[in-house]
Amino acid sequence: MRTPLWPPVNPALGFVAPALLLIALFFVLPVAAGLVLSFTDFDIYALGDLDRLRWIGFDNYRRLWNDPLVGRALGNTLYFTLVGGPLSVLCSLGAALLMTRPGLPGAAVWRTALFLPVVTSLVAVAVVWRYLYHPLYGALNHLMAWTGFEPIDWLGDARTGMPAILLLAVWKNFGFNMVIFIAGLQSIPARLYEAAALDGAGRWAQFRHVTLPMLAPTLAFVAIVTLIGHLQVFAEPYVMTQGGPADATLTVALLMYREGFRWWKLGYASALALMLFALILIGTGLQTWLRRRGARS
Amino acid sequence: MSGGLARWAMSLVVAMLAGLTLFPLAWMLSVSLMSPLEAADLPPHLLPRAPTLMHYQTLWQRLDLPRYLANSLLLAAATTVLSLLFNTLGGYAFAKLRFVGRERLFRLLLATMVIPAQVGMLPLFLMLKQFGLVNTYAGVILPGMASVFGIFMIRQYARSIPDSLLDAARIDGAGEWRIFRSVVLPLCRPILVTLALFSFLGSWNDFLWPLIVLSDGDRYTLPVALANLLGEHAQDTELMMAGAVVTTLPAVLVFLLLQRHYLAGLATGALKE
Repeated sequence: MRTPLWPPVNPALGFVAPALLLIALFFVLPVAAGLVLSFTDFDIYALGDLDRLRWIGFDNYRRLWNDPLVGRALGNTLYFTLVGGPLSVLCSLGAALLMTRPGLPGAAVWRTALFLPVVTSLVAVAVVWRYLYHPLYGALNHLMAWTGFEPIDWLGDARTGMPAILLLAVWKNFGFNMVIFIAGLQSIPARLYEAAALDGAGRWAQFRHVTLPMLAPTLAFVAIVTLIGHLQVFAEPYVMTQGGPADATLTVALLMYREGFRWWKLGYASALALMLFALILIGTGLQTWLRRRGARS
Repeated sequence: MSGGLARWAMSLVVAMLAGLTLFPLAWMLSVSLMSPLEAADLPPHLLPRAPTLMHYQTLWQRLDLPRYLANSLLLAAATTVLSLLFNTLGGYAFAKLRFVGRERLFRLLLATMVIPAQVGMLPLFLMLKQFGLVNTYAGVILPGMASVFGIFMIRQYARSIPDSLLDAARIDGAGEWRIFRSVVLPLCRPILVTLALFSFLGSWNDFLWPLIVLSDGDRYTLPVALANLLGEHAQDTELMMAGAVVTTLPAVLVFLLLQRHYLAGLATGALKE
């Protein structure tokens, strides 16, 4: 046993304790409390007087199940994730493939330019995107009119609200995954391509049989991070549409914010937050399972 | 030759993509310099007829912009310094110091990364309220002072420090803190710059948590103030654009200055999994 050789107090403790304590206090403890809260009727009255707090078992979850607004928010969130996620990953991959083509002059400068939206504040860029989408003065409708289409009230129409927000999200975020893909692509050894070319593989065959398999770990990482990020979508609908029109862009995180911090139904909002957690667990679990199955076959 | 032509075509495609990406940002700047109501002109025009800084003046003098700017700077700087300190200490310990249950604890930390912050947000708010920290700078900073992501990044990097170097210092009689200060910190410089940049930009652009914690206009950060302004002055397109430029510009400048560290760190962090 090595234990007796250690000094009475391990100096490592002084190094890890502050960070662990902070994470325990400001993350683990609140998360556990959130779980507890979701089984209570904590509301604005309990906020003033804790004696009013009642333990109500699964009532919040039962209400959640029957609340049409939750169904709506869930549908919108899944739409944003299942359409927006793959779209965003595809754009990132396309841009990364372009950026890593041999002989592209000034690749580093282009890469920085494409990454720029990632470091902007969403609230700030929402200002200009709201203007771009403006039914009367917006550049987008102007472009549409120019090509012979009818003007569209992008953010005011329940059918186009979500696609409009999706487009903004793809523009804002694709640079992030692009940089990760670029690193993944650059780590593929050139000799693999040379060998494939010697075997007579064309550009598409090379992509299919060298690039994609070698990129699989990067792709898996990007897919998980993108999925988790998309399921938590909040700021985009909050600043662009406040969840409207007619709840067409209401998401789970936005509904949770409203119930919790606007109406102070903290118990119910906690149940919503846990539903979001469950969604993330199911999503990441499903993805891992698909990848394993794909690797086996 | 066709090789030259292909290269031209490729450059053209890339230039168009970059143009499309930068267009909203360029237009933000352009509209912010237009005279009042010029943004409502039909057809819309790309450049201001007579560029003016009047909206920036309005923001500066009437709408308390310097205050929000100072708030944002203060909060982002404090979060960066504190989180860097705690994450570096923790990350280094997880990489190089021995203690009971180190690997198990680290795996547990990593597993918490799938828990969305929203789950803890409501109780955290109640907790801060209990301690009188709602609507204070401390309330905004506290939850961001240590992060699993930061610890993870430092650990990955610190693992590459050779043990022999640390042992040599120990044999010379240096204490663990002394080793940390004079051996580990200088070696970790690149990752420290990267992580500092991450947390500065993350804190600068953070919206949800400051929105929840800060209720008093005097303490608003730029994004929260801008969202608030958007409620009152949505029709003043040119003014709002100026506000958006002021919110965006510092982050973009910081990024452009240190982008090499940012992009390289992002890539290694992701690939080392």
